[in-house]
Amino acid sequence: MNLVTVSGPPSSGKTSVILKTIEAIKKRQLKVGVVKFDCLYTDDDILYEKAGIPVKKGLSGSLCPDHYFASNIEEVVRWGNKEGLDLLITESAGLCNRCSPYIKGIKSICVIDNLSGINTPKKIGPMLKTADIIVITKGDIVSQAEREVFASRVNSVNPQAVIMGVNGLTGQGAYELSTLIYDKNSKVESVKGKELKFPMPSAMCSYCLGETRIGEEYQMGNVRKMDIGEDND
Amino acid sequence: MISIKELEMKKIKDLENQYPFILSFFENNKLDVSNFKDSTFHDYLNHFTEEEIEEWAIDIPKIKLDLEAYVNQMIQFLGLEKDIVNSITILAGKDKYGKKENFDSLTIKKSEIVSIVGPTGSGKSRLLADIEWAANRDTPTERAILINGESPDYSMRFSTSNKLVAQLSQNMNFIMDLSVKEFLELHARSRMVENEGEVILKILEAANNLAGEKFNLDTPVTGLSGGQSRALMIADTAILSTSPIVLIDEIENAGIDRKRALNLLVNEEKIVLMATHDPNLALMADKRIVIKNGGIYKVIETGLREKEVLKELEKMDKIINSMRTKLRNGQTISSM
Repeated sequence: MNLVTVSGPPSSGKTSVILKTIEAIKKRQLKVGVVKFDCLYTDDDILYEKAGIPVKKGLSGSLCPDHYFASNIEEVVRWGNKEGLDLLITESAGLCNRCSPYIKGIKSICVIDNLSGINTPKKIGPMLKTADIIVITKGDIVSQAEREVFASRVNSVNPQAVIMGVNGLTGQGAYELSTLIYDKNSKVESVKGKELKFPMPSAMCSYCLGETRIGEEYQMGNVRKMDIGEDND
Repeated sequence: MISIKELEMKKIKDLENQYPFILSFFENNKLDVSNFKDSTFHDYLNHFTEEEIEEWAIDIPKIKLDLEAYVNQMIQFLGLEKDIVNSITILAGKDKYGKKENFDSLTIKKSEIVSIVGPTGSGKSRLLADIEWAANRDTPTERAILINGESPDYSMRFSTSNKLVAQLSQNMNFIMDLSVKEFLELHARSRMVENEGEVILKILEAANNLAGEKFNLDTPVTGLSGGQSRALMIADTAILSTSPIVLIDEIENAGIDRKRALNLLVNEEKIVLMATHDPNLALMADKRIVIKNGGIYKVIETGLREKEVLKELEKMDKIINSMRTKLRNGQTISSM
């Protein structure tokens, strides 16, 4: 089975891009499944089901979504192999711009959209910088100049990635993407022992543990103060 | 090809002098080198503490590989005598029922305009995607695209700076909150053009030549009217975009002189493909491609008779436009 991890900011068009790409892959008689990771809510699994794609969803709830991804991916891969999939795609939203759910040796795709603003490539960390393929969506509604500037900025933060435009509505570019994500020589039996491409931030403070009160005396563990130019004491 | 071993031993100020484009790499990767101009890049990377590396998600081995890739891409891009695209050739594939398309090959030369007609869903987007991807019998239609009569270098499929096709459509908007001048500067810099100021003035002049109402360099791009936006997009694409092929999806007949717009693109030696059902535009083209069932069904040359009809259409267009101007100025319409 091939494994591909797709991530990107909320509403960037991940699900639409994946659906259009699977349409193209299915024509090659390959069996594709999806596992959707989200935080509080998603009904994208219904969209996948409607398209006849085997799907599982996981909501991280009160846990950090990418930590949740890392603690579940092994079981997810086992499921995919049991289903006899040729290709398993995981989809997860990058919610804090600092994490990324990519695994070394596993193809990673980051989906970002032209509408998100010209400084977005700067703001997104490892999720964009360590992706193998970067898909830029919503190119049909911004000007040619903005598309060119956006793509060149993306290229400057990840010059080694393949960068391509895909239209999630019409599917333009999805066929081309589909040719890049399935490799008949790649076989992922398990991801046990593999490593994340980049460590996740270490955050353990009293608020992680359920504290709700505001005030210095309630703050413990990893606490940092903003520098607002006044004496903090 | 220059290696990272060589690059990282250079002082930052020397890197900046030798490769001015490296500034945007530093900036977009948030590498603040302002106090390290006399250090080597290697020493600069080594100054980060463990905490900083973790805090700001700095991946030093990756930055090195990225810098090497970026510098080499840019050297290649700048040094490259731009391969001039003089023509594209479409070699027939098959329609969605597997039937061979109703033509053998179609060559479109630069400065030529070809319109594309056919019902929605007939396969226009696929044709355009085939051209953009430089299909090599490896897309669902099994078409092949030749450039200057030959198979192109397929690595350009993944190049961000050498895209074959620029697109203009009715749905496109400016989303950046910038003035016309700032907007054009940003685009010019990403293209690394040398005479930025001149190019910007040229684009403004060309755009105002197309737009019904004039605008200036200080106008915010989001404040432009529909016609003005279209005019600026077309002028900017004609003059500043490196893509040799321009693909147009309809141009609405309001606030913009469409004939001049097409002439501008043609004068800048673009190959123009235009999906339209507007007789005025379709007949301006030299040829039109008719698409049916996912395949090219016919290629029609615009005949003399049609060119005469076009003249009549242009007269009607003028009448409508002059009425529009009258309405705008508060006059009444008394006759045709």
